[in-house]
Amino acid sequence: MQKTDKTVREPLVHITKRPDMPLFPALLIRLCAILLALIICALIIFWLTGLNPLAVYKAMFEGSFSSTRKIWNFLQNTAMLLCIALAVTPAFRMRFWNLGAEGQVLVGGLASAAVMFYVRDSWPSWLLILVMLISALAAGIVWAGVPALFKANFGTNETLFTLMMNYVAIQLVTFFIAVWVPTGSGVLGVLNQQSQNGWLPAVFNQRYGLNVLIVGILTVVMFIYLRYSKHGYEISVVGESENTARYIGVNVKGVIIRTVVLSGAVAGLAGFLLMAGAAHTVTAELAGGNGFTAVLVSWLAKFNPLTMILTSMLIVFLQKGSGEIAQAFRLSSNISEIMTGIILFFIIGCEFFIRYRINFRKKAEEEK
Amino acid sequence: MFDTLASIIFSSVVQGIPLLFGATGEIITEKSGHLNLGIPGIMYVGGISGIVGGYLYEHFSTNPTAFLCIAIPLVSSLLGSGLMALIYSFLTVTLRANQNVTGLALTTFGTGVGNFLGGSLLNFFGESGSISLLTVSKYYKASFPFAEKLGPIGKIFFSYGFLAYLAVIIALLAHRFLKKTRAGLNLRAVGENPATADAAGINVTRYKYLATLIGGMIAGLGGLYFVMDYTGGTWTNNGFGDRGWLAIAIVIFALWRPAGAIFASIIFGGLYICAIFIPGLSSAQKELFKMTPYVVTIIVLVLTSIRNRRENQPPASLGLSYFREER
Repeated sequence: MQKTDKTVREPLVHITKRPDMPLFPALLIRLCAILLALIICALIIFWLTGLNPLAVYKAMFEGSFSSTRKIWNFLQNTAMLLCIALAVTPAFRMRFWNLGAEGQVLVGGLASAAVMFYVRDSWPSWLLILVMLISALAAGIVWAGVPALFKANFGTNETLFTLMMNYVAIQLVTFFIAVWVPTGSGVLGVLNQQSQNGWLPAVFNQRYGLNVLIVGILTVVMFIYLRYSKHGYEISVVGESENTARYIGVNVKGVIIRTVVLSGAVAGLAGFLLMAGAAHTVTAELAGGNGFTAVLVSWLAKFNPLTMILTSMLIVFLQKGSGEIAQAFRLSSNISEIMTGIILFFIIGCEFFIRYRINFRKKAEEEK
Repeated sequence: MFDTLASIIFSSVVQGIPLLFGATGEIITEKSGHLNLGIPGIMYVGGISGIVGGYLYEHFSTNPTAFLCIAIPLVSSLLGSGLMALIYSFLTVTLRANQNVTGLALTTFGTGVGNFLGGSLLNFFGESGSISLLTVSKYYKASFPFAEKLGPIGKIFFSYGFLAYLAVIIALLAHRFLKKTRAGLNLRAVGENPATADAAGINVTRYKYLATLIGGMIAGLGGLYFVMDYTGGTWTNNGFGDRGWLAIAIVIFALWRPAGAIFASIIFGGLYICAIFIPGLSSAQKELFKMTPYVVTIIVLVLTSIRNRRENQPPASLGLSYFREER
């Protein structure tokens, strides 16, 4: 034995970075994580209610798929979440942490509601919808563009900036509702209830049909844009390394602003779809926290628009399902947030095992 | 006139204390390079854990003593928020997960836990109605007995529960810790450049864990103050509102200085409620006033980045995970 052994101690585990893992084992790890999370959720529900967890999961499934109406609601919620996730994705691929989707969606919804509120029935429906769409896109662009301008010019921290913009947007919505509703009830109510002027028309005989269709097309377009266009390539380079991008002649400032403007426009579109295609009114809850959930959806899908279809479905399924459980077993509906949280923790945690390899300390004999 | 002013300041401080706890906790966390967006969730859990502890004690004890009435909710609140902070630090430090994503998930989870337990705690014990912990909160609300005799001065300085003074003391201690001690210097080094700190022999992982844990526990006390002192031992779902995000805003406003956070919290607390004190405002104008804390924060954020003074910047590696073997 050498004396140096005392001072040099090898730790029990040693972590190294993995080369890219093949698709199948990576999927397997994620699947295991979700299963593990579901088991833990089942245990919690069993502990709280004493009910058979399998019955609980059956109820969960029924939350999304037990009737045509529920299926369409499921599709609508998925489409909206997916649309907001698509909005944040281009910025995320550039490592621009846009946490302001909630606010961008809200101002989009607010702008289209404002147009509908002041125009009412005096324009034909197609013109009204067009103006609503344009103003929603513009509002979303402004709300995302301001942080982007400061980020590009002064390096202002975009995470904190966009986060604060959410709350400005929320207050802006409550302000306008207070202006529009003189009674002080704070509820705007459905606009153009009678004439349905400015409401998106039904497609496939479904009021949410058009929303789902638009988001579906948008997903494919976004995938192609990010994967195969010159813009998409520039976004990836800026995200990997701003210095490299500058070196190969990419206009970094321009790319940042252009990409975030796109991001804001899509978020504005989501606000428009929520307002004109579903709610027909505006509240501070219009985005309903989806601006934050979309961050998770996009990240879980590794910023790939096609994979996002799956991740947004998963999240909406969980939300709907746990809502149904709460209703069926008379639990507080907040159980759904707890379950979503637990499942997210597991999915977030399991990424480690995909990216890194854990090497245990080898026995001393092998060392020689 | 003087009395009105005193009550405005009093209300601002009362509003500001939960924000101060949250901001101090977040500053300590951010100094280790971790942007913990789970703070709003942690504060919810800190509040509800205190409620659960206090409720169990009131429920099962026939003769509650002052010491235990304060200690049990305090300890359970610290445990609850500490556990939350551990989830965050395990995921972001050990498993190197993305901090923004983890933080947002933690906030979803924490708000859910708070509202779920708050809504169904009484059902578990076969009671109905809403939670109201009068015995326990009495001790949390107790202020100096001579406060009333001193008029406005007493109202401004001596009429708060002990947690309010604790908040200020913790903020001052944290300020001193970061500025004057060796450990504070090490912590700041970890947040600025973990690789350099590592090379200098600082245990980066330990500092990150401790900073997140202690920061989370301090933030959780903000939730405890809110439910025990401000609302007097009651729980309303989502009653805590967006104060957690406001606390994160204060961190920016105070330029990552805990002592500055004391004044910032009181100012933000004042902005939060000032609409009530200005007579003749319409409900629309009141909503505009509630916007001011966020707008002010944005302006500060922009100005500091434009002036680009090195001592006013966020920790350089804020939001980045550290992996020793990565170049």
